[in-house]
Amino acid sequence: MARTLFKKVWDTHAVRTLPNGQTQLYIGLHLVHEVTSPQAFAELRERGWGVRAPQRTFATIDHIVPTAAQARPFTDVMAESMTAALERNCRDYGIRFFDLASGSQGIVHVIGPEMGLTQPGMTIACGDSHTSTHGAFGAIAFGIGTSQVRDVLATQTMALLPLKVRRIEVNGHLRPGVFAKDVILHIIGLLGVKGGTGYAYEYAGEVIDRMSMDERMTVCNMSIEGGARVGYVNPDETTFEFLRDRPYAPQGSDFDKAVAWWKSMASDPGAAYDDVVTINGAEIAPTVTWGINPGQSVGVNGRLPLPQDLPAAERPGITEALDFMGFSGGQQVEGTRIDVAFIGSCTNGRLSDLREAALVVRGHHVAPHVRALVVPGSQKVAIAAEKEGLDRIFQEAGFEWRRAGCSMCLAMNPDRLSGREICASSSNRNFKGRQGSPTGRTLLMSPAMVAAAAVAGEVVDIRSWSASVPAGV
Amino acid sequence: MSKIETVTGHAVAIHGDDIDTDRIIPARFLKTITFEGLEDHVFEDDRVEARAHGKVHPFDDPAHKGAAILLGGSNFGCGSSREHAPQAIRRWGIGAVIAVSFAEIFYGNSMMIGLPCASVSEEQMRTLMALADAQPGLEFHVDLEASTLKAGDLVVPVTMPDSVRSALLSGDWDATALLLDRYEEVEQAAGHLPYVSGWDRVRV
Repeated sequence: MARTLFKKVWDTHAVRTLPNGQTQLYIGLHLVHEVTSPQAFAELRERGWGVRAPQRTFATIDHIVPTAAQARPFTDVMAESMTAALERNCRDYGIRFFDLASGSQGIVHVIGPEMGLTQPGMTIACGDSHTSTHGAFGAIAFGIGTSQVRDVLATQTMALLPLKVRRIEVNGHLRPGVFAKDVILHIIGLLGVKGGTGYAYEYAGEVIDRMSMDERMTVCNMSIEGGARVGYVNPDETTFEFLRDRPYAPQGSDFDKAVAWWKSMASDPGAAYDDVVTINGAEIAPTVTWGINPGQSVGVNGRLPLPQDLPAAERPGITEALDFMGFSGGQQVEGTRIDVAFIGSCTNGRLSDLREAALVVRGHHVAPHVRALVVPGSQKVAIAAEKEGLDRIFQEAGFEWRRAGCSMCLAMNPDRLSGREICASSSNRNFKGRQGSPTGRTLLMSPAMVAAAAVAGEVVDIRSWSASVPAGV
Repeated sequence: MSKIETVTGHAVAIHGDDIDTDRIIPARFLKTITFEGLEDHVFEDDRVEARAHGKVHPFDDPAHKGAAILLGGSNFGCGSSREHAPQAIRRWGIGAVIAVSFAEIFYGNSMMIGLPCASVSEEQMRTLMALADAQPGLEFHVDLEASTLKAGDLVVPVTMPDSVRSALLSGDWDATALLLDRYEEVEQAAGHLPYVSGWDRVRV
């Protein structure tokens, strides 16, 4: 019977049905970082359990890493103690740790694919909700909490209920100035922040097929912002070519065998879906969030909702968001003055993101009132970008060029907003307080749009602002 | 692990939908290697914001002190996978969360630490929140076996997946021991995966 990739991966990794009806699922790759793991390791010690598959477990530090001065010990005592705890845990349990000295450190969702650890047909778990990123390779990747981190460490399995599958087809062509970020913001806006609860999202269609792996990762990354814990793209030649010769990918004749298996794991033609949504790529505009969740977005020259036009049940939420952001219903987000511009994160901190942004800022300068920073997603991204001279382009334009880390996406490190600052951000969440100031405000958009906003000092429409609009997908 | 059959106590209502985990516990409080003390910072920024507007956040309202049941809207706990969120709520004293709907990772995390989460309809939630707001001393009683929530004279049905309900009732909500049981089956399953056992068996 024709099956989806989700079903195939689920079936091949299911160990047994537990007494309560959940499935015990084998996990092929476990990625660990400093924030959600210390308590899990502490429990292993307390209960006398070991790490079942240290060779399938890889660690890095990203959330708390300072991106300016990285000398140890870190100035922040807690950041230092979390780092020391992870060092000790990796040493004690024989886990490979991509630390600052490794040359391979970076945001966990950037380095997994970069090292070739992330592969099609795998199950992947990580104590971070943006683990859905790895689905870009046709893996089924779950964001999990600390208790499940403990379970995966101790057993290399976890207990789960299966998900339904919604196929989201994006067909046609994207217009110039429209990027993968706009595609996923558009999808979340359309289906809502809870529309994906209980579903895995399968992204498909001509637009997704033409996307690079970096772009597919941007799309899958934000699945969770639409409520879907899992998002994936069926593996194809783009996937296989990306993986060829990566350090942890199968090598030599194994690679060809792997490709054969990977192809066999893709959704079959005629597979049944629980739901199908079709989107015309040409209808997607450069999209900007105006509110306090990633579903509150609008085309950059569209108008914000008027509470009085909405059903009564929706009014309080919309009013709360407008009030917090200091916007009025009916206004445009274009022209909003910004204080900070942030390019980076697991959503948009990869080389192609930095290239797109550099193309926009080249020859321009950041507006005098704007603080702008570029934070590469990994040490390898930083090195590759520096080799191309992107660091110089950014610095000459007045951006700060930082070291790899999560930085201002969630402000568990020194990079944060202060007071009611407004940040044009290439990250993934615009929740109240997300960027480190309880009253700070976040406008999510594509890296190219952030770059343009940094230069203009306000939110602009990349399509009309720049004479040299980079081509879309 | 202990069986969880009922939760009884006063209720505290957090109004609004899409209450995300950054609001439940802001990221700066995740800079810790234990879960201890998180209860002091639950809803911290919302509480400060309320004070700044001359209001009292429900978690600061003396009338709701000691509440055991948290009432929420739809998509409660959306956002990050931080288990610190249900940990902070439970450590503050909450024994059950009743909401219109939940975000998936929050829901799973809560079950894993033995914090039952159950859903009621939007209309019923409006009634329940109004009751909790107007009569903070009113006793609420969640019965997992009967799948009901009693608030004074009012009885409403609550829903949760059968697997979660049965895990909480049987005390199997901490799954690690179960997952370690019959481990030979895990090794068998892993042995069928070419990326675990080797690519040789794949025919090109």
